[in-house]
Amino acid sequence: MSAFIALARRDLALALRAGGGGLMGLAFFAMTLTLVPLGVGPEPAVLARIAPGLIFVAAALAALLSLERLFQADYEDGGLDLLWLSPLGGPLIVIAKCLAQWAAAGLPLVIAAPVFALMFHLTGPAIAPLVGALLIATPAFFVIGSLGAALTLGVRRGGLLIALLVLPLYVPFVIFGVAAVDAAQMGHPAAPHLMLLGGLSLLALIFAPLASAAALRISLD
Amino acid sequence: MSDVASRLTTRFANPAQFLSVAEKAAPWLWGAALATLAIGLVLAFRAPPDYQQGMSVKIMYVHVPAAWLAMMCYSVMAGASAIGFIFRHPLADVAAKSAAPIGAVFTALALVTGSLWGKPMWGAYWVWDARLTSMLVLLFLYLGYIALWAAIEEPVRAGRAAGILAIAGFVNVPIIKFSVDWWNTLHQPASVFRMDGPAIAPSLLWPLLVMGIGYTLLFVALLLVRMQTEILERRARRLRLEAVDRSGGEGLL
Repeated sequence: MSAFIALARRDLALALRAGGGGLMGLAFFAMTLTLVPLGVGPEPAVLARIAPGLIFVAAALAALLSLERLFQADYEDGGLDLLWLSPLGGPLIVIAKCLAQWAAAGLPLVIAAPVFALMFHLTGPAIAPLVGALLIATPAFFVIGSLGAALTLGVRRGGLLIALLVLPLYVPFVIFGVAAVDAAQMGHPAAPHLMLLGGLSLLALIFAPLASAAALRISLD
Repeated sequence: MSDVASRLTTRFANPAQFLSVAEKAAPWLWGAALATLAIGLVLAFRAPPDYQQGMSVKIMYVHVPAAWLAMMCYSVMAGASAIGFIFRHPLADVAAKSAAPIGAVFTALALVTGSLWGKPMWGAYWVWDARLTSMLVLLFLYLGYIALWAAIEEPVRAGRAAGILAIAGFVNVPIIKFSVDWWNTLHQPASVFRMDGPAIAPSLLWPLLVMGIGYTLLFVALLLVRMQTEILERRARRLRLEAVDRSGGEGLL
């Protein structure tokens, strides 16, 4: 247990220190969301209609950005080989790293989401489901993204390839997350959608680290 | 029974043996595929027009089998990847790699013919219907798989990485279908034409089945060709690397 916490803390410290840390993902998130009204027009009704989907897509892309660095540095300097020898085992290493990355890059997005919800004229009842859906979905974004990062380890300029591999796997999370917020906007209960989203997220949290560990094993052999 | 199966798979585990068997089987497969497709097309042209859609229902005979094959190819790809991981069959990842581009083309064919069918029927080339969106995401799954193969230089490593991706994607395909279906019923209570279902008349069903079998035979024939090519390419790569080794690193420029 202490090994898990130690690894998570180490990765969190590295993520927060390196190149702007989580703030860069947040800045990307903010800039993307700022571009949209410039393209779509400032009409509140239109913005409120598209806001949930946009915020989710922007969060997914911002998560993707930070994923390239998940294993790269450790792989290059040999740290990953040493971590592999620890009693944690592959999947727990992946979970610890994803947890740290999420705390550094995903959690700021969740916290900042209400601000952007207000900027997009999302009404009051929709904001809590939005934060809840992002809170549930972003950890899944990171573990599924870790699969993409593990598969493309050592591939040069693998950033876009990670996006191509991982975005189809994000589809169910975006759909259910946005459905929750839309339901709340229309006055229906968002809880069923959030529960489905939670179920999918738990599935991802269990199976994606297994697959990522298998993918890492390929590169480490 | 399992003895026969294991003997069959171990026989075809040797690439050289596989090559010789594939070469012998190829003309028969091509002949059967082209004959079945020809018969299917004749039956399709002679089938009666639909009472609602008229003659444009004939696109169904190209579109529906392509969609079936798109799903089937992905299953073949994922199944071959799983066999590669579990049984370490040497040709499993070759089969998976070879199936991917064929499946991608079938998916693209289904999407394009579907959109050509959609214009006269629904008035739109594309709608964000559950099934169409799932097929589009399937196409991206194929493209990602092919891209991963292309990105990793060493074949065995690439095969194992791509295998993990294929299995992860296969698990996700029903989830995508289910979630997109859900999304569609939430946002779009569309009045979409529902052509499928067991209520299709036999005179329309038989050409469809024959075309389906023809497409499947075509897929197998193409798969064998691609597998032969892949095996030969790996041989060529090995020979090149050995030549570089022997020449003391000067290489063949």
